[in-house]
Amino acid sequence: MKISRLAAIALRQFYLYRGSFARAVPLFAWVTIDMVLWGFMTKYLNGITQSKFQFVPALLGAVLFWDFMTRVMQGVSTAFFEDVWTRNFLNIFSSPITIPEYLGGLLFSCVVTSMVGLTVMIVVATSVFGLSFAAYGAMIVPFLLVLFFFGLAMGIAGCAIVLRLGPAAEWFIWPIPALMAPFSAVYYPLATLPGWMRAVARLLPPSYVFEGMRAAVAGQHYEWATLAAATALSLVDLFLSYLFFAYIFRHAVRTGLIARYSAESVT
Amino acid sequence: MSSTSKTEAVLKVDGLRKDYGAVSAVKGIGFAVQPNEVVGLLGPNGAGKTTTISMILGVLEPTAGTIEIGGIDLGRRRTRALERTNFAAVYAPLPGNLTVYENLRVFGLLYSVKDFHQRLEVLLQQFDLARFRNTKCGVLSSGEQTRVSLAKAMLNTPRLLLLDEPTASIDPASAREIRETIRTFVHSSGAGVLWTSHNMYEVEAVCDRVMFLSHGEIILSGDPKRLPAEHEKSTLEELFISVAREPLNWEGAQS
Repeated sequence: MKISRLAAIALRQFYLYRGSFARAVPLFAWVTIDMVLWGFMTKYLNGITQSKFQFVPALLGAVLFWDFMTRVMQGVSTAFFEDVWTRNFLNIFSSPITIPEYLGGLLFSCVVTSMVGLTVMIVVATSVFGLSFAAYGAMIVPFLLVLFFFGLAMGIAGCAIVLRLGPAAEWFIWPIPALMAPFSAVYYPLATLPGWMRAVARLLPPSYVFEGMRAAVAGQHYEWATLAAATALSLVDLFLSYLFFAYIFRHAVRTGLIARYSAESVT
Repeated sequence: MSSTSKTEAVLKVDGLRKDYGAVSAVKGIGFAVQPNEVVGLLGPNGAGKTTTISMILGVLEPTAGTIEIGGIDLGRRRTRALERTNFAAVYAPLPGNLTVYENLRVFGLLYSVKDFHQRLEVLLQQFDLARFRNTKCGVLSSGEQTRVSLAKAMLNTPRLLLLDEPTASIDPASAREIRETIRTFVHSSGAGVLWTSHNMYEVEAVCDRVMFLSHGEIILSGDPKRLPAEHEKSTLEELFISVAREPLNWEGAQS
């Protein structure tokens, strides 16, 4: 792997954000809106309920973590879509770049963009709504790692789907987090779900994060081994998504999809 | 990037074939491009020119056959082979939302160009792009965008340069300058060029050798200045039209 080729993909993203204010705004605008909306919602819920349930770390924290994972996924997808939107596949893939280098470039640029979003969310949630990360303890590290790895995996899988089905399939990718949220038990305990949904949830690493988060907030014990398993599961998903993309890329080279991708007539 | 022997073909294609189901787009062609040589790949639309170029660029897998770039097998050592190659095509402009400098910087990294800034200045001068350095490519005229693509194609001083209708959207004066720039590049670097064009005047002016492709087969090849007379035609264009209209009459004409 050559770092300069990986850097080329990341540098391209940096140039795009530097060159367009409108492109940079979504990095922090939507997450700020989410934090403000759910911040007031949690304050309201705290005011009207008599229970000792802590809405801010349980609900606002869940929104923050889920938004982080979504931004990671979108960071990868958006960087890839740049090559779709600018019809740049031929220039990129006729260069010496390899698939690990190309995906590495997408991942690196997504690290930067998702960190911008995470930082903004943390600042708003802590300074305006009093969210304290002490509520999660040291578990916050595996929480973020699991969501980061799984967000990357979803982003790469989304790129593969668009590569295979064509530019119009972009609209299959954006709703993926919304479809996944009910199974991931982001805002409610896993026990709320019917049996078949719990079975699906166990395959999704985020469900372990949100169960762990609620346990930590409630002062209950949550097994580190479970989080370690969730981390391993997210890494397996990341590896599988890489294999999926590599498989689709090989298919695209074999069938000529890459060479005529700009035609938008991919079948 | 290690250098290739001057006597070794910069491109060697052998038994190259591409099938799409029952349809063969390219039917087992073989040819070579030598150092300092500009080879024209001619043929009507659908003859298989772009399919051939796509396979040489590594973005389309051949059904059969081998491609060697500077002695390196593209199928086995894709990255090493593509480090020695570059291309420009009228249908593959660089991203319009980046400036000329930004695009060339990104591709400079992709091709691991040494002394990038020095190379950049040379190319900006050669292609009259210095004043557009910080201009987004999307607002340039089509001719200016073509010049940026050509500058990108020469960034890594490739051993093999693939040009698919490189001057299609350029005015005659600029096209002449670009042909001269490319010829100078070829003679100073020892590169080989595979050039497709529908402009027979251009082909005659720039190519050392031409190959006529029809229905995926090379049916005629030779010196573009002598070929018309050898086949009782007055111009290369007349020969092209004859080959394009009646390819069956020309099968087996290749020496």
